[in-house]
Amino acid sequence: MEQILSFFFSYKEAIFIIALSIFLGIEVISNVPAVLHTPLMSGANAISGVVIIAGIIVVGHANLAHFSLALVLGILALIFGTLNVVGGFAVTDRMLEMFKKKKK
Amino acid sequence: MDKIIGTVNGIDFTMGSALLELSYLIAALLFVFGLKLLSHPETARRGNLWAAGGMLLAMITTTLLHKNANGDGIPLANVWIIMAAIGVGSAIGWIVARKVKMTAMPQLVSLYNATGGAASALVALLEFPNAQAGDIGSLLVTILGLIIGAIAFSGSMVAYGKLDGKVGDIMAGYMKYINVILLAGTLALGAYIIISGQQPDELGWAIYTLFAAALLYGVLFVMPIGGADMPVVISLLNSFTGIAAAMAGFIYNNEAMILGGILVGAAGSILTLLMCKAMNRSLLNVIIGSFGGGGTAIDREKGIIKEISLSDAAVLLSYSQKVAIVPGYGLAVAQAQHIAHELDTLLEGKGVEVRYAIHPVAGRMPGHMNVLLAEADVPYEKLVEMDDINPDMPNIDVVVVIGANDVVNPAALDDPSSPIYGMPIIMAHQAKNIIVMKRGMGKGYAGIENFLFFNDKTRMLFGNAKDSLQKLVAEIKSM
Repeated sequence: MEQILSFFFSYKEAIFIIALSIFLGIEVISNVPAVLHTPLMSGANAISGVVIIAGIIVVGHANLAHFSLALVLGILALIFGTLNVVGGFAVTDRMLEMFKKKKK
Repeated sequence: MDKIIGTVNGIDFTMGSALLELSYLIAALLFVFGLKLLSHPETARRGNLWAAGGMLLAMITTTLLHKNANGDGIPLANVWIIMAAIGVGSAIGWIVARKVKMTAMPQLVSLYNATGGAASALVALLEFPNAQAGDIGSLLVTILGLIIGAIAFSGSMVAYGKLDGKVGDIMAGYMKYINVILLAGTLALGAYIIISGQQPDELGWAIYTLFAAALLYGVLFVMPIGGADMPVVISLLNSFTGIAAAMAGFIYNNEAMILGGILVGAAGSILTLLMCKAMNRSLLNVIIGSFGGGGTAIDREKGIIKEISLSDAAVLLSYSQKVAIVPGYGLAVAQAQHIAHELDTLLEGKGVEVRYAIHPVAGRMPGHMNVLLAEADVPYEKLVEMDDINPDMPNIDVVVVIGANDVVNPAALDDPSSPIYGMPIIMAHQAKNIIVMKRGMGKGYAGIENFLFFNDKTRMLFGNAKDSLQKLVAEIKSM
């Protein structure tokens, strides 16, 4: 009990953010019409590419003086993250463009 | 920018770092706002752009303003490498997103989901050596980020392979035991790393083993799932990628990443539950339950299958008032969406009211049929959701079922022994006439008999959906 409480206290900000964002996510998405399921999923997917920020930080502060596996993996993470972000938003836009076109 | 402008909790901060945090706040708000707009048809496209704008902002400010623990910014040489990597990723991502055929959309969404999971897993792997032994909180998020990201990556790659027809389903009964053991082992190893109290550099073997085990679990977990369960697993993997990104956010104490990731995780989970509800199955049942078989067998001697000739079908459709088309995965496989649209415009020209009845899990991803038909220029007002068209079913003269099976099977309503019993269906059997386009008398994904095909009002048009539709359109034109 003491351990759980101290864990909670040490990470209380993080736990607050988690709890509130889950609620926010549920509120924002509920009642989405079926016609938008795919674009919503693919747009949300692009947002999960936000991990690209971590990729930028890793590569940004990597020591370039000597070769390291960390740098290679960091660059790989950055490329993967960018694929997720750019590809995800582009493909979502393309889908939604199709929906739009037909709406006369 | 480097001027120290204040102190919080004993840590000095500069204008640059304050601006950086402010930009993260704006990015997070743009994600929320974008997602909100994305859930309404009129504003969806704008919402996507808002969210993309938030991402671009966070990328630029991180590159320009981020400082490491020593207060050093990102050196110019590293900026060039960052820009090169982003350039490569953007070029590939953009070109593929623009060039790929719309029918390949489910594969592409899975593929991009895989890259996001991979990025999160790699980041967790890279940050593990920097973790402090005994710091349970940061070890926990690192390990979770690694496991969830790896599962999202390999699972999405398998899903990609399946949707692209490169990987088949493996549905051996023992798979579920292997999976449970592997998952338990993976989690146990993860827990060991967190609580062992050893320094991270002594645990190199463990972290790479964990990475490999999670990757393997991702493969084995998606392997037995297929067919009508694909929409569930795809939205579940989507939510995993979001959670993995949020875990990476905790490693860096970055609120934009945490919020963005959890938002996606929550949205993906809701979509997953929606898909489960549309099949009347629990998530656990989808993941470990084997599906199919059972149900009351139809005595094929007694059950009478009636075929319909093309000319009869053409006449029936042309002189109807209300027609509903029920598309399924067969339509997507045959790529018959354009010719289906030709059929509906042709009939509309003759004064027939044509609508499409869309089941939530028709196809292989959430909303698959909507995207497919939108690509063929079918106006989205014509796409009617199951709950909206069912009350009107008795007034519909002809229902045309194209490549759909389980979603119109009345066994879901009246056969408690059927595996799909309780699943909401499109009430095609209530219409005055039913035409079923099918390749043959094979069973649907659930592997059960469909009573609809033996209904007195049902007539079958056998053949590939695209060929049948083409012939039907030609027949109607020649009338």
